[in-house]
Amino acid sequence: MPRREQAYDDIPGTFVFDAERSRQGYGINMFCMSLMKEENRKAFKANEAEYLKKFNLTPEQTDAILKRDYNRMLELGGNIYFTAKLGATDGHSFQHLAALMTGSTQEGYAKMMLAGGRPIEGNRSKSGLGKPRTAAKPKSKVRSKSRSKRG
Amino acid sequence: MARIIAGVTSSHVPAIGAAIDNGKTGEPYWKRVFSGFEKAKEWMAKARPDVCIVVYNDHASAFSVEFIPTFALGCAAEFPPADEGWGPRPVPVVKGHPEFAAHIAQSVILDEFDLTVVNKMEVDHGLTVPLNLMFGSPKEWPCRVIPLAVNVVMYPPPTGHRCFMLGRAIRKAVESYPEDLRVVVMGTGGMSHQISGPRAGLINSKFDKAFLDNLTKDPKKLIRLKHVEYMREAGAEGIEMVMWLIMRGALDDRVDEVYRFYTVPASNTAVGHIILENRQKKAASRLKRAAARANVAVRRSK
Repeated sequence: MPRREQAYDDIPGTFVFDAERSRQGYGINMFCMSLMKEENRKAFKANEAEYLKKFNLTPEQTDAILKRDYNRMLELGGNIYFTAKLGATDGHSFQHLAALMTGSTQEGYAKMMLAGGRPIEGNRSKSGLGKPRTAAKPKSKVRSKSRSKRG
Repeated sequence: MARIIAGVTSSHVPAIGAAIDNGKTGEPYWKRVFSGFEKAKEWMAKARPDVCIVVYNDHASAFSVEFIPTFALGCAAEFPPADEGWGPRPVPVVKGHPEFAAHIAQSVILDEFDLTVVNKMEVDHGLTVPLNLMFGSPKEWPCRVIPLAVNVVMYPPPTGHRCFMLGRAIRKAVESYPEDLRVVVMGTGGMSHQISGPRAGLINSKFDKAFLDNLTKDPKKLIRLKHVEYMREAGAEGIEMVMWLIMRGALDDRVDEVYRFYTVPASNTAVGHIILENRQKKAASRLKRAAARANVAVRRSK
């Protein structure tokens, strides 16, 4: 069954870890969780593909992990708090992962954060319909309704 | 009777914990962040809470994806710091208040909030970093702590409205506990941030500042805010701000904002810190007057 379209799918550059992705990505996240133990980190490093066989992953999920394609892991049900453990196992800082996911360099990402972060303007929605608003004026659910019917 | 004297919000960024643990708090980058919490420590020293109820989220430490409780109340006597991959943080063991926590659990479940009782749990940076920011780095934490872990990792987290109403129920539970305890409720996490996917690094200060304004003056506006709006405006992980509404729900409708601090960035996030005091004295004297009137009425009717 294809993934049901959700209102938040319209948010650009974002893979919301929802109940469906949580179900789908159980293996990815349990694999990442296993890396909390030193002996597992060693076993994984010794033979990555072999180690991954224990987690009932799809070929796409295995591929994403082996390639360290962090965005693809998120898309296939990985959650960032879990996949960050894989990054740590590789000896990378979180900033390294952030740079990877955002297609930036670590230095470029750090600079962006120091300058106030990624601006919200231009990053609200894929369709451009997300109007500027603040927490003072919460409303608008029109889009989400019309989209979910199609899903 | 136990009573809630105040609510505070605090960031729980792991890098803040790492800065403390590695002695980097004096570096200019971190000094900017920590300076905003100096007032918090002074305030806490005066407020002298007996118990802090800390609303926080676990980050794949105590809970993996094997079970994902929406609300989980820590009822244990102790909560050791979790090993998050580089050894447990060198912070004191968090001491709980099992009797009080059990009372709260019983009260709020009967109030239709079906929370999970947790009798064994390790706590990660989500809980210990706010304690550091509010109390510094003492040998022992100066008060008991009741952790309330909220699922904000898997969508959907509880709604803002649900969180606010849980805060209300917690207040009722606290006020029906016979022991005289001074209680502070802490909402942790936030503010705007996204740490996942190509949009990582998102910060929306305009949203954050309006959120802080409303948190003090008009929380009813915030409880209507939809999840999709949190994620769109404040980042996918910014949705954890719903936890602050549990804190706010536990306070009076009208509160005094005694301190506010906002800075960008700490690691990948905007930091928001606010101290809200209940107007206890006025409320207490109102109650006394009402009781006196009632007594007079009873005497007259006899």
